[in-house]
Amino acid sequence: MVSLFINGKKVEAEPSQTILQAAQKLGIHIPTLCHDPRLTPTGACRMCVVEAEGARTLVASCATPVSEGMKITTHSELVMRSRRLNLELIWSDHPNDCLTCDKTGECQLQRLMYEYDVKTSRFTDCNPSSRPDDSNPAIYRDMNKCILCGKCVRICDEVQNQHIWAFSNRGMQTSIATAFEKPLRESGCVFCGHCVSVCPVGALMDKPAMKKGRPWETRKVRTVCCYCGVGCSLVLHVKQGDILKVTADTHSPPNYGSLCVKGRYGFEFYRSPDRLKSPLIRDHIDQPFREASWEEAIKLVAQKLMEIKQKYGPDAFGCLSSSRGTNEENYLAQKFTRAVMGTNNMDNCARVCHAPSVTGLRAALGSGAATNSLADIEGAEVLIVSGSNTTEAHPVAALKIKKAVRHNGAKLIVIDPREIELVQYATVWLRLKPGTNVALINGLLHVILKEGLEDKEFIRQRTENIDMLRQVVSPYTPEKVEEITGVPGEDIIKAARIYAGTGKGMIVYGLGMTEHKAGSHGVMSLANLAMITGNIGRPNTGINPLRGQNNVQGSCDMGALPDVYTCYQKVDDPAANKKFSEAWNCQLPTKPGLKEPQMYKATLEGKLKAMYIIGYDPAATQANIHHVKSAMKKLDFLVVQEIFMTETARLAHVVLPAGCFFEKDGTFTNAERRVRLLNQAIQLPKGTKHDWEIMCLIANAMGYPMHYNHPKEIMEEVASLTPEFAGISFKRLEGDGLVWPVWDTNHPGTPILHKDTFTRGKGKLNDLLYTPSEELPDSSYPLYLTTGRRLYHYNNGSMSLRNPEIHSISSEEFVEIHPDDAGALDIKTDDRVRVTSRRGSLEVKALVTTRSRPGSVFLSFHFPETPTNVLTGPGEDMLALTPEYKVCAVKVELCAC
Amino acid sequence: MEKLKNPDDLVKYRKSLESKHRPDKIRIFICTTGCRALGADEVCKAFKAEIEKQSLSDNLEIVDTGCQGLCARAPVLTIEPMGIFYGRVTETDVPEIISRTIQKGEIIERLCYTEAGKRTPYIRDIPFYGKQKKIVLKNCGSIDPKSIDEYILRDGYAAISKVLATMTPDAVVNEVKNSGLRGRGGAGFPTGNKWEFVKKAQGDIKYLVCNGDEGDPGAFMDRAVLEGDPHSVIEGMLVGAYAIGSRKGFIYVRAEYPIAVEHLKIAIEQAKNLGLLGDNILGTNFSFDLEIKMGAGAFVCGEETALIASIEGKRGMPRPRPPFPATSGLWGKPTNINNVETFANVPVVILKGSEWYKAIGTETSKGTKIFALAGNVKNTGLVEVPMGTTLREIVFDIGGGIPGRKKFKAAQMGGPSGGCVPAQHLDLPIDYETVKEVGAIMGSGGLIVMDDSTSMVEIARYFMEFCQDESCGKCVPCRIGTKRMLDTLSRITNGEGKKEDISLLKELAEVTKTASLCGLGQTAANPVLSTIRYYLNEYEELINKKEAQPAAQPATAT
Repeated sequence: MVSLFINGKKVEAEPSQTILQAAQKLGIHIPTLCHDPRLTPTGACRMCVVEAEGARTLVASCATPVSEGMKITTHSELVMRSRRLNLELIWSDHPNDCLTCDKTGECQLQRLMYEYDVKTSRFTDCNPSSRPDDSNPAIYRDMNKCILCGKCVRICDEVQNQHIWAFSNRGMQTSIATAFEKPLRESGCVFCGHCVSVCPVGALMDKPAMKKGRPWETRKVRTVCCYCGVGCSLVLHVKQGDILKVTADTHSPPNYGSLCVKGRYGFEFYRSPDRLKSPLIRDHIDQPFREASWEEAIKLVAQKLMEIKQKYGPDAFGCLSSSRGTNEENYLAQKFTRAVMGTNNMDNCARVCHAPSVTGLRAALGSGAATNSLADIEGAEVLIVSGSNTTEAHPVAALKIKKAVRHNGAKLIVIDPREIELVQYATVWLRLKPGTNVALINGLLHVILKEGLEDKEFIRQRTENIDMLRQVVSPYTPEKVEEITGVPGEDIIKAARIYAGTGKGMIVYGLGMTEHKAGSHGVMSLANLAMITGNIGRPNTGINPLRGQNNVQGSCDMGALPDVYTCYQKVDDPAANKKFSEAWNCQLPTKPGLKEPQMYKATLEGKLKAMYIIGYDPAATQANIHHVKSAMKKLDFLVVQEIFMTETARLAHVVLPAGCFFEKDGTFTNAERRVRLLNQAIQLPKGTKHDWEIMCLIANAMGYPMHYNHPKEIMEEVASLTPEFAGISFKRLEGDGLVWPVWDTNHPGTPILHKDTFTRGKGKLNDLLYTPSEELPDSSYPLYLTTGRRLYHYNNGSMSLRNPEIHSISSEEFVEIHPDDAGALDIKTDDRVRVTSRRGSLEVKALVTTRSRPGSVFLSFHFPETPTNVLTGPGEDMLALTPEYKVCAVKVELCAC
Repeated sequence: MEKLKNPDDLVKYRKSLESKHRPDKIRIFICTTGCRALGADEVCKAFKAEIEKQSLSDNLEIVDTGCQGLCARAPVLTIEPMGIFYGRVTETDVPEIISRTIQKGEIIERLCYTEAGKRTPYIRDIPFYGKQKKIVLKNCGSIDPKSIDEYILRDGYAAISKVLATMTPDAVVNEVKNSGLRGRGGAGFPTGNKWEFVKKAQGDIKYLVCNGDEGDPGAFMDRAVLEGDPHSVIEGMLVGAYAIGSRKGFIYVRAEYPIAVEHLKIAIEQAKNLGLLGDNILGTNFSFDLEIKMGAGAFVCGEETALIASIEGKRGMPRPRPPFPATSGLWGKPTNINNVETFANVPVVILKGSEWYKAIGTETSKGTKIFALAGNVKNTGLVEVPMGTTLREIVFDIGGGIPGRKKFKAAQMGGPSGGCVPAQHLDLPIDYETVKEVGAIMGSGGLIVMDDSTSMVEIARYFMEFCQDESCGKCVPCRIGTKRMLDTLSRITNGEGKKEDISLLKELAEVTKTASLCGLGQTAANPVLSTIRYYLNEYEELINKKEAQPAAQPATAT
């Protein structure tokens, strides 16, 4: 610590701190325009200048570190004169159009002109010289207003790592430009809007919000993003029931002000004219829907479900709830299924993504959740990113990975068949053949154990089954693994040494690990890797699934699974069964229910007659959708609760229109187990109801009393039945939420799991053999097909495709194919091609790219015009039954047209 | 070429060169660097063709050299051992020079230096040279800069050899500290102290950078040194690298200096071939590699943090200090940056010793300083004088005074960051402190002489236009402040000035000076302030008369 004097007051500060930070400690306000605590100080705007005794000139307090005995004056006559003239100079080069400028009220220049009482400038030759750039749908750019603070340049470089903006020209001609002044859409911009978020003036603005209202006319509502498991904190700007724009709080985890294109610009779907506004019913799915009143619809659903239950028994019913829904809704869905319908046939769409994480991590560690927080990524020394195209699927988590590598010197090991963006940041890239994860990780384990790099003490004290593991991985020599995976043996050795060589090694993985025949095994293998190197139970370590949808973690935590109640209390555990039976005032079934794929099978076998599907579109997103649709068509009764008419809703007997996340109170739990409040920002559209209300109405109509006045009462019930949630209440979740387990009402939450002991006691080292994928390429279907996500879209596209901004940037699918394969097939980019598997076929444009591994093609499943899932799905995870989306065999042909 | 494996090898090599040297041979030294612009290459070619034709090569040799100083007489040549100096030579003069001067020993009068009607054929008699003291420029103009052998013959690389054989890095730092050598880039920071900072800075990798981004209008000292004696800079860097513990250096040169770059490339290659650059120099553990980085035409890249950014491949924009480059410079590593002329002083300091060196100059400023003498002065060119020489000696004794019947009005020193020194200070002994006291700066050595027909407001406007053009645009006072000062000055010179413009200029000057981020902005107002200080009446006259002034084109020497 050093001591210095600011305006005569003594203050202590760290030597790394700046004068500005020291002044802030004293509550002294120093004006800034180019400063942002997230960015390298640049000292450009010169508003923060102060007098330092003995200095030749004024010094920029934002950029000058404190030193012992420094004497600073922050508002001397010279300083004030300098600031005023500085403002006058800036103003002389800035259009005087505050009356019509959208930034008015939020403009930092305007605020400082007011604060320093600078009424006008004596230099009045400002000639707007450039035309505003209106060429993209999201970001409006008017360089005439730019004050060249450079924040956009720095945040794009230092936080987003996209490097789109730079200074151009010199002197008064200096401006901010893209490379070669290309329009943003051609510049490599990912439309995260970081630049907009930091612009102090109206040079960069969110286009959708322009001319819609003044900042003081909007209410700022904090909520949580609905687009992926990162669970970014959002601030919605709402005017008269309309959302104008989305920003983020720079102080709030996990995103600290960062958002991706979906979070910032993907909000307009809620006002799409396609929203369902009335219950729709029909007797038979060949008939058209007719609008019905809520009374009629509820009555019909209650009556039909009662009939089926009475006629075929409780197990003829199955419910699928949504990983996009709130915790409270998922809790009620499973409560309804278990208490009202009397069955454990309960599942949710985590089944098609991270169910193997739950299975795998529970088997290895005892808890099916991420072990560490997302913030830990930044401090890791070695990161393994496996099967996660993080920059597109979890963009804000990817920023932390990039920061760890670029700013903190972490080494990155990427395990992925595709040349994803993170490969540029990688020390080692293990480009394995799709479906060979377990073999590869066994190879890493082999090297670590063979070279004695394991943490012997940790293994001895905290794990079991090391001998079997040694035995099983001993044949997985680098040579053998190279043969299976295609990864050079030397790279396997290099990666193993890097990861085993640190005490801060963190594993981050995605669906590239789970959506395999050996998905759960892959997760257990990663757990083996973490455990034998002791990289678990401490900060910056652990094994961390990046959850696909926003509330995958929460929907599973809430017991929307066939075998558990909340927080994985087993339905066949008599104590748990008793507790829930008593609480819910009924006798609950003890037999674990059907997993989602088993429900389709049971339907086709005539055993399952009715399904209730909430906010989930398996008819588009399940694998082998021909099979799924044929099952759905066989149901006697299908109820779908939705916001849009999805492929699944088209097969329903009753469609119940619900609210979307902007219209809800409730909680989501993100990938780091952070339970966080959603706050209702806008009213439900007329004719719709909250999902939880609908569940209650049906339960009550079926004679089971279910009464809540507000979702917070549902959470109270969850807390009363769930030890890990015992300390959670809506009141306590205000702010940044809590990370479960929260054992009591004073407990601060648990960002790191398994600190002293694993949830299951000793960590289980699972000895696993490599199992090849179900369907491998052959002479008829010679290519691997892998599916995944694209930056601009989400899941079935029902929400993301309904945002005009995003849709205009990314409006169609293309199959990614390696130049070698494309050359052999005479395919060029933009050619229309036909992709065919044993299950189906589709037409799509081609993109010839080295991103694809030779012999593999890639498709996303976002676009209804390109129903990728007609192709997928012969295999499923051996334990969790998650479809093997990442591997099936296809052929690609040039279309005749 | 075999690498020199130890200091003795260097001595042996030099002796072998000496033994081949033929002092009886007539050598014609032709400046083919600066003088190239006025046809020196053609003269050179003509000589070589004539020698070939007449088979004179046994007794006559043409040596391409760097700048010989008297640029006003370009193209120039010196014939040794006679010491005859010819100027304004054309290719048509060549046969006559050979037939008369070389073969018969006759002087060609029309080519001689002339002053007040008097012809001076011998260089020793020319006052321009008489008053100079050439330490840094001792080789410049008298050796072939493309030949490492010629440099070695003049005791080249003896300094680094001495250092490696007999001195510790600390001893080197102390020697340079004791010499009183100060940075020749303009600010005059003690070089030895700078080296000490970097030497003591934490870090396994340290960089050494030579700042050759000479950008002041009319200044060409560094260019002349790089073009005329590149090895002296390389040797100075070697000594510096050894002292601070650096293995990697960069010479940052403006892309507008192609001859300097060419000569440096040749010099680096030759030094590597002889084992004077690269791994295990002269067979010791000391290794140093040198790379040339060309600038992209930005004046601000002479500022050290902008220069660092530029070497790193970024846009050359200054950043706030601290951290200073000595602790966090190139790629975040401790970095020592010295100017070309500073490095070129180092071998002399080492070879002749700090005591010898510090005997030259004034109390606070030791050694010599090179000036690029330009503007309204007869002998425009490159001069090296001891610190403490008066302006009068430079302008009148060396420079030959003001052409025509005009009178001396002022000398602009230090380029756009500097100021004007008026006639009343002609007898001021020039050193870092005295120049500053009178409102200018030593700067890198640009010295523009102005006669009494010069409008000082126009001069201020000219330099302000330069600063505005060269402002990197990062900070507000420099980017917009210089523009508003330029607007105001233009208004005055256009005859549209207002009374309050002078106070407005002072107000703007104060803020750009105190609040700008880097030296460019902080000093940009100096020409305005110094002209207001000495020539306020000219401002007032223009404002009152409301007449437009013709735009200034300050003459530069080359």
